[in-house]
Amino acid sequence: MSLSVPDLNLRIIAPVLIVAISALVVLLGELVTSSAQKRGLGYASLVGLLAAGGAAMGLWDAHAVAFREMVRADNFGVFLTLTILAGAVLCILLSFDFTRAHRIETGEYYALILFSVTGMLLMVTAADLIIIFLALELLSLPLYILAAFKREDERSLEAGLKYFLLGAFSSAFFLYGIALVYGATGTTNLARIAASAPSEMLLIGAGLLLVGFAFKVALVPFHWWTPDVYEGAPTTITAFMSVAVKAAAFGAFLRAFLVALPALAMDWRVVLAIIAVLTMTLGNVAALLQANIKRMLAYSSIAHAGYILIALVAMGGAGVSAALFYLLAYTLTNLGAFGAVIALGEGERERLNVSDYGGLARMQPLLAAMLTVFMLSLAGFPPFAGFVGKFLIFGAAVQNGWAWLAVVGVLNSLVSVYFYLRPVVAMYMSEPVEGWGAPRVAPLVALALVLALIGVIALGVFPAPAIALAAGGLGR
Amino acid sequence: MPVDYLPILVMLIVVSAFAAIALTISALVGPRRPTPAKLSPYESGMPPFGSARRRVPVKYYLTAVLFILFDIEIIFFYPWAVLFRQLGWFGLIEMALFVLVLLVGYVYVWRKGGFDWD
Repeated sequence: MSLSVPDLNLRIIAPVLIVAISALVVLLGELVTSSAQKRGLGYASLVGLLAAGGAAMGLWDAHAVAFREMVRADNFGVFLTLTILAGAVLCILLSFDFTRAHRIETGEYYALILFSVTGMLLMVTAADLIIIFLALELLSLPLYILAAFKREDERSLEAGLKYFLLGAFSSAFFLYGIALVYGATGTTNLARIAASAPSEMLLIGAGLLLVGFAFKVALVPFHWWTPDVYEGAPTTITAFMSVAVKAAAFGAFLRAFLVALPALAMDWRVVLAIIAVLTMTLGNVAALLQANIKRMLAYSSIAHAGYILIALVAMGGAGVSAALFYLLAYTLTNLGAFGAVIALGEGERERLNVSDYGGLARMQPLLAAMLTVFMLSLAGFPPFAGFVGKFLIFGAAVQNGWAWLAVVGVLNSLVSVYFYLRPVVAMYMSEPVEGWGAPRVAPLVALALVLALIGVIALGVFPAPAIALAAGGLGR
Repeated sequence: MPVDYLPILVMLIVVSAFAAIALTISALVGPRRPTPAKLSPYESGMPPFGSARRRVPVKYYLTAVLFILFDIEIIFFYPWAVLFRQLGWFGLIEMALFVLVLLVGYVYVWRKGGFDWD
């Protein structure tokens, strides 16, 4: 018996490897740094993420498979890799002063973020259900810990425990789905699943896979953990979870359903369309009732998952590129919105209630203007990134015969304007609240906000280059 | 065919009936002479003391988790050891990288005082 060595192509997984190695370095760095030097570990993480970004750009147009077709480098994966890395870089920029103020400034914090990013990058390059599952666990486990990272805070612990228990439960569904798909087709490779004959068992397996993905991206009715976890987790981690997990999980979601299961599209398109309607409507209506801004953004992230699901229902090249563009736009916009919330914090106190935002326009006109731009972009106003993203998604839906779904999406966007503008109204039209000093914005937080702002406006005004990059990259 | 499973059903009924009958008869007919020794939870073990709901130091938990972690990693060595010759240099380098990653975790736990009892 002879064993063949798998086709090693380390170039294809270079971004994953670079982030994994920097995570290990940061973890070891934690042991040899004093508490005043932890900031250096954050800078080291940034270097690792940027190097991974460079390696990912080198994979543009590589179109290769490796490791017995377990991973695939296509422009779809590279686009999402860069989106996730951008989200992680912004999150770490926001974290420097936040972690110090909240007394959670440790090397483990950065190392866990990097481990999670490793899983995310692997997830968007995976071409096999087993690798998707491995990546799903690798991205989830560090996040469970990070959600509970403020150990003295009961809410943070509650968030971590809830996320862990429900996440483990959904992973089991996902794994069972893989088992059934394997039982029906005899393979876990996405391309070979597509080549085998559809059967009832495959359909059930696809349904269980859907549960696993729906949990991770928070689709109704698997969204119950979202508000509690997003509220309890440290705000930087909430920001990271709300964008990067979505980008990674939607990447694998789109790839699994569009590459492996197009033969069953007749069945799952209707189901996903119904879930999209429920998700958008519940997310937006529940967000109307929230006084806490983190909960409001949590429900808003549920609603955005619904919009992106429309792109999956629409299918085809237009749907895929709309979803990719939307994920990039949402990453920048949502990190900007959370960044503004972080920037407005004072020590361990955060402005969590909408009423806390009263009169900020006079004390911090620039920051107020930025938060306004991010909120308008989330609501889908031109000329910001969120508008172009929604335009592309609804356009793809109409093009592919799902006009009614686009109409529901537009109506939902209208509803969302109300709650996105509530902090804006408070900032510009209310009196300042007692007990809050004028916020001082740390330079690195300001840098993150400016980068996000540039991205949101650039994607809104000149969307063509990004749309071109997002188009037609899904390899089969 | 479902009818093929009939013997299993019969077996199930016979087993349940046997257990029920044996327990009932011994409860009705058997003599009952309790002594303190017979009533203790471990008839030939150490005498129990205190409540079972005591607090246990959380150190056990950490030790147990660390044990499971490194124990499971060891499992991966077995298939490699069995196929050592076929895998050759590739397997050796792959395993060295695996151990290296494991070593980072080990050093981390060690330096953080995970192995200190007090």
